[in-house]
Amino acid sequence: MAFIDYYQILGVAKTASDKEIKNAYRKLARKYHPDLNPNDAEANKKFQQLNEANEVLSDPEKRKKYDQYGENWQHGEEYARAQQQARQQQQQQGRQQYSYGGQGAGFEDFGGGGDFSDFFQSMFGQSAGGAGRQAKYRGQDYNAELQLDLKGASETHKQTLTVNGKNIRITIPAGIENGQTIKITGHGGPGVSGGPAGDLYIKFTVMDDPRFKRKGNDLYNTVKLDLYTAVLGGEITAETLTGKVKVKVAPETQNGTKVKLKGKGMPVYKKENEFGDLYLTYEVQVPTNLTEQQKQLFEQLAKS
Amino acid sequence: MKAQHLIAANDFCVYHQVEYTFITSLQKAGLVEVTLINEKTYIPESELQKLEKMIRLHNELEINIPGIEAITHLLDRIEHLQADTQTLKNRLRMYEAD
Repeated sequence: MAFIDYYQILGVAKTASDKEIKNAYRKLARKYHPDLNPNDAEANKKFQQLNEANEVLSDPEKRKKYDQYGENWQHGEEYARAQQQARQQQQQQGRQQYSYGGQGAGFEDFGGGGDFSDFFQSMFGQSAGGAGRQAKYRGQDYNAELQLDLKGASETHKQTLTVNGKNIRITIPAGIENGQTIKITGHGGPGVSGGPAGDLYIKFTVMDDPRFKRKGNDLYNTVKLDLYTAVLGGEITAETLTGKVKVKVAPETQNGTKVKLKGKGMPVYKKENEFGDLYLTYEVQVPTNLTEQQKQLFEQLAKS
Repeated sequence: MKAQHLIAANDFCVYHQVEYTFITSLQKAGLVEVTLINEKTYIPESELQKLEKMIRLHNELEINIPGIEAITHLLDRIEHLQADTQTLKNRLRMYEAD
């Protein structure tokens, strides 16, 4: 557990007045506030640090103690422990500091799922954060990531997630995009002092599919076409996300021709019965290992 | 027809310890939508998250209403740009896989 220089965090001198500390905190909080930096774990960490520094330096009693021990704060640890033990006998009070950050916010010395750092707790005790305030605070937001394959992303389905030991059953709507985040309201951390619970944010990663490439709601696939079907026309079987379909091939189809299978792409997110399209690109295969007779026939064709 | 959940603005103000005029000022600035029923103001559930965020900006960062307005527009733009970037990244991935 390392010493944390709260003055450095707020960028003020040790002789800074209360007003200077307040101004420095306000200025930095405006830069790193989670509402101004959505989905930015780094900013959330920084904001937690700022809150902790402000909690100490804006409270004359805490600041005095912090200044008194300074870098030799370990000597004051015994005192803090004794205080802590005394406090444990009392009814535990809810901590009232801000709790932004979520799962990704754990950082060295500032651990414990969005709480103040171990350094803070060893110096001021578990219940010291914001003691005396009556404000209600919203619980922390949790962030989670979920991987889906293309098939999974193409179907509305339910999935059970375990977040902080709690099972949450969510419905994943068909057509979800790679990188898309959905919010599950009220499934984040519990609120403090009667404040509302935070939210759960789930970011989806849709893995690449070996067969289909996705561009928005449309899918793309390359289909090998033998020369004879390309020249004479016919029928092929093509794969779609939902199964195989028969596709008519027009005579004299050129290599690289694209055909559109309407409605055979990805479902449109949260729009029932609306689908993108599937585009097939024909790759005409030239026959190999021709017999002498076949070669002669091709020569005849070439001369005709 | 979909049912709409409404929260009485007065109850909301008591819970969040904000002045009623704060809500009306935000509404006048076009930042939140409210519903009037029998001359009473109600906040639609869909506006709650947005409104709570604005209250946090106001209380915790001392940002006034014109500031909140500017921030809201900029955050909306960032959100759109992030969505565009994600779409472009997905499209790029399609070609990079070749």
